Amino acid sequence: MADLAGTTPGAADVVVGIGHLKVVRGKRVVLPDFSLTLPRGQVVGLLGPSGSGKTTLMRAVVGVQTVAGGTVEVLGRPAGSPELRSRVGYMTQAVSVYSDLTVSENLTYFAALLGLGRPEVAQTIDRVELADHAGDLVGRLSGGERSRVSLAVALLGSPELLVLDEPTVGLDPVLRQSLWDLFRSLATGGTTLLVSSHVMDEATRCDRLVLLRQGRLLADTTPAGLLSQTGARNADQAFLVLERQAGGDT
Amino acid sequence: MTARRTFATARRILAQLRHDPRSIGLIMVLPCVLMGLVAWMFEDQPQVIDQFGPMLLVVFPVFVMFLVTSVTTLRERTSGTLERLMTTPIGKGDFLIGYALSFALLAALQAVVLTAWAHWVCGLDIAGSWVGLAGVAVLDAVLGSSLGLASSSVARTEFQAVQMMPVVIVPQLLICGLMMPRSAMPRVLELLSDAAPLTYALEAANDIAAGGSWAEAWPDLALTAGFTVAVLIAGVLTLRRRTA
Repeated sequence: MADLAGTTPGAADVVVGIGHLKVVRGKRVVLPDFSLTLPRGQVVGLLGPSGSGKTTLMRAVVGVQTVAGGTVEVLGRPAGSPELRSRVGYMTQAVSVYSDLTVSENLTYFAALLGLGRPEVAQTIDRVELADHAGDLVGRLSGGERSRVSLAVALLGSPELLVLDEPTVGLDPVLRQSLWDLFRSLATGGTTLLVSSHVMDEATRCDRLVLLRQGRLLADTTPAGLLSQTGARNADQAFLVLERQAGGDT
Repeated sequence: MTARRTFATARRILAQLRHDPRSIGLIMVLPCVLMGLVAWMFEDQPQVIDQFGPMLLVVFPVFVMFLVTSVTTLRERTSGTLERLMTTPIGKGDFLIGYALSFALLAALQAVVLTAWAHWVCGLDIAGSWVGLAGVAVLDAVLGSSLGLASSSVARTEFQAVQMMPVVIVPQLLICGLMMPRSAMPRVLELLSDAAPLTYALEAANDIAAGGSWAEAWPDLALTAGFTVAVLIAGVLTLRRRTA
């Protein structure tokens, strides 16, 4: 395993603390024994091939995954606690908004659940650059636009922790760039972001990289660390090197 | 559970319906077509429509609202929106009552349209109060909705949700007294029909249509309402924030 990235954070700064998490789905052990700590204000990239357990891990953090063992604490409380529901934003991999409602109707509904009003709705639609489409039905938007509606819902109420499952999938490079700028500015403001991706070149934009393989931690490092450890020229290659090393171990 | 979140949910569901005028059309027109068909079949025997009309007024809304509700809520499960909602401050009660309220409104509209159609177009004559009969039809449509909500929690796919209809509604239809008087059925079936909410829904409609007093009808009405509430509570209890 690669060496650990950040320094050990103080307890008050721990946003997510996962200890010996075990998740079984059906007959398959998705996460056998997973531990991870995320401090405040980091952009953490969760990388790994599909089926490596990224989504399951994210579901456990937001508290919708049935777990078989271990602990998941978010902002000092067990994941999924009622007090956390307005402090954690979650964007699922599938576009989980109402396709038969307009962009602003979707946002207005989720805002109402959080006790937010119109100004927040308009502001959030602006943030994902969908102001021109506010009155359009989500079902009529392009794939990239739809996923931005889904992202906007997660951003509502400026949650302290954002859990985003492949937020940039299907977006063109320009939009991807602007979303990563948005993520960066949120992190600067103290938001913690856990962002999954299978696009390795996005890895370079993260503060920290957590690489998963078959439910186990393959590496917990920084973008620079990843390259220097593996001697690879880019993130894609680095992952292949690590994957080969891990494969050779088993 | 808060009134704000419940009403926000109901408003959201009504907004979704508003964007789907074709479904609203089907919900309003379909029961009328079926009622019209029966009236036409027994064109020469108006006493038949007078006898069965009030019951059909109850049965069709139960059918339609059951289907609409179970498919709509199932779609919420399969699209991932329910999972997302479960990470927000919404209460399980907000979710289900929001659904019940919005579909009750739709059901009320349907009941009024169908009752008017039965009266003025199909020539249904009743001894009792039309307003009362429409009220029973609304209550029964809400019962259909709550049964649909509850059974969608058992279904995993839309196909299964539709199959819940022959499981949950049709057996009740057969034994609720529409086909033959309950007292003429084998004892076991009669006891089963005692446990079926549709039985009371139907009896309430018959009581009111026959010009019975409220004192006669209210136990059946109370039982129908009680079943509706119990089924909704069961729906809240079976809704899970965490899933495998």
